[in-house]
Amino acid sequence: MAEVSIPRFQRRSLPEWLGFVVVAALVISSIAATAPELGALGRGIDRLFAPSGLLAQMFPPDPSRVDRIAWKLLETLQMAVAGAALGLIFAVPFAILATDRLSPHPAVRLVARGIIALFRTIPDLVWAIFFIIMVGLGPAAGVLAIMVDKIGFAGRFFAEAMEEADTGPQDALRAIGASRLGIIFSAVFPACLPSFTATSLFALEKAVRGSAALGLVGAGGIGVDLKVAFDLFNYDEALTIILMLFALVLIVEQGSGWIRSKLI
Amino acid sequence: MVSVSGLAKDFNGNPVLRGLDFAVAAGVATALIGANGSGKSTALKCLIRLVEPSAGRVEMLGQHVAGLGARDLRRFRSQVGVVWQKHNLVPRLSALSNVVHGVQARMAGPRAWFQSLAPETVREEALACLARVGLEAKALQRVDSLSGGQQQRVAIARVLMQRPAIVLADEPDASLDPQSGEEVMRLLSGLARQDGLTLLFISHRMEHTLEFSDRILGLQGGRIVMDRATASTDAAQLRRFFEE
Repeated sequence: MAEVSIPRFQRRSLPEWLGFVVVAALVISSIAATAPELGALGRGIDRLFAPSGLLAQMFPPDPSRVDRIAWKLLETLQMAVAGAALGLIFAVPFAILATDRLSPHPAVRLVARGIIALFRTIPDLVWAIFFIIMVGLGPAAGVLAIMVDKIGFAGRFFAEAMEEADTGPQDALRAIGASRLGIIFSAVFPACLPSFTATSLFALEKAVRGSAALGLVGAGGIGVDLKVAFDLFNYDEALTIILMLFALVLIVEQGSGWIRSKLI
Repeated sequence: MVSVSGLAKDFNGNPVLRGLDFAVAAGVATALIGANGSGKSTALKCLIRLVEPSAGRVEMLGQHVAGLGARDLRRFRSQVGVVWQKHNLVPRLSALSNVVHGVQARMAGPRAWFQSLAPETVREEALACLARVGLEAKALQRVDSLSGGQQQRVAIARVLMQRPAIVLADEPDASLDPQSGEEVMRLLSGLARQDGLTLLFISHRMEHTLEFSDRILGLQGGRIVMDRATASTDAAQLRRFFEE
């Protein structure tokens, strides 16, 4: 047998070691600065499970206001559907303008990409506060917040899907003198349909989960009721809301998963 | 029909075409041959400015191609059918939808984008084009479920739908098995003759070059080094253009 010595580990360069040390220092200092102390965490867990603790007060869930919660859940779902639908519709033109091959000018592409990045990086809760100031408390602010968030989310993925689409059919249509819109509708959209569908369904799932939290800042939906229940120490009612919200999210996720499997 | 003089193209300083001079007469089938990397595809793309030439003059269908603005270039391209090495169809759509797309050469708007919205006359013409390539029975079948040869025939039907004056074909037989490749070339050549179309095609198969062309242009080192009638050419004279 030939005696070949293969090193078990790769030799790392000094910059690689320095990078490793910087990352490790960042993680450790972040945990030290912000993570709970073990003692405090232990005491918190004790309080949670104590006879008069949070869990004891949550169980059994209070079913007395199920009908009102159901209506608010419907409003939450409507907010999510409306916000996601509007966001997905507006994401398409932004995505087209942000795509290398389809944008009419590099400056337009840069602006479109900037707007998508801005919409994506600012959290939906911040957008909700912004729109509450603009249109007042209630579901309208929530719908607008979800819409802007989804333009950022779907705009990016739609643009990526269009960038990755096979350019052959587009070139073939360009060669026969088809218009830019003709190429987009005839060649790009059909090629991107599976990706667009998957992104849209993920956007809807994300919107349903997000819309519950938007109520915490007053942007409508079930979140308002959840906050009030916690503020008034009605933990059993809060548990009912959480369980019903969980069921709604589960139904939407299962439904969108089924649709994805049928369409793609 | 086509007149090319001094056509040159370089990519980042690397010359691919070094001044092509040739002419293609109306109604004639011309083969453009040359070894891999000799610039055949680039030359074809330069004719309709899918690749912008670095220098030279192309006159085609009575127009000076380099001087066309965006709108006029689109109008000019609508008269030129292109059959690609890879069929370049939209895979998720039906054969009929892909053929209907050919009408975008002379019609804009959603009625040219979707077969479901297309006027009845357009649908009937698209079906007639599919019938000419023998695929009317597959009209509503997704093109990605068809064989390679059938997909190339759908691409030819799309070109017919365009009602072009000239057809450029970039190795339409290259990605097909020998039998399908020959069928596609025979179909393309036959349809061009029936409709009196000018055909300029690239082929990497000597037997197709000899069988389906009236004239042969040999490209070597970015220049046309042979231009002769097919009838007066034999295989020995062509061999060097097909050597790797």
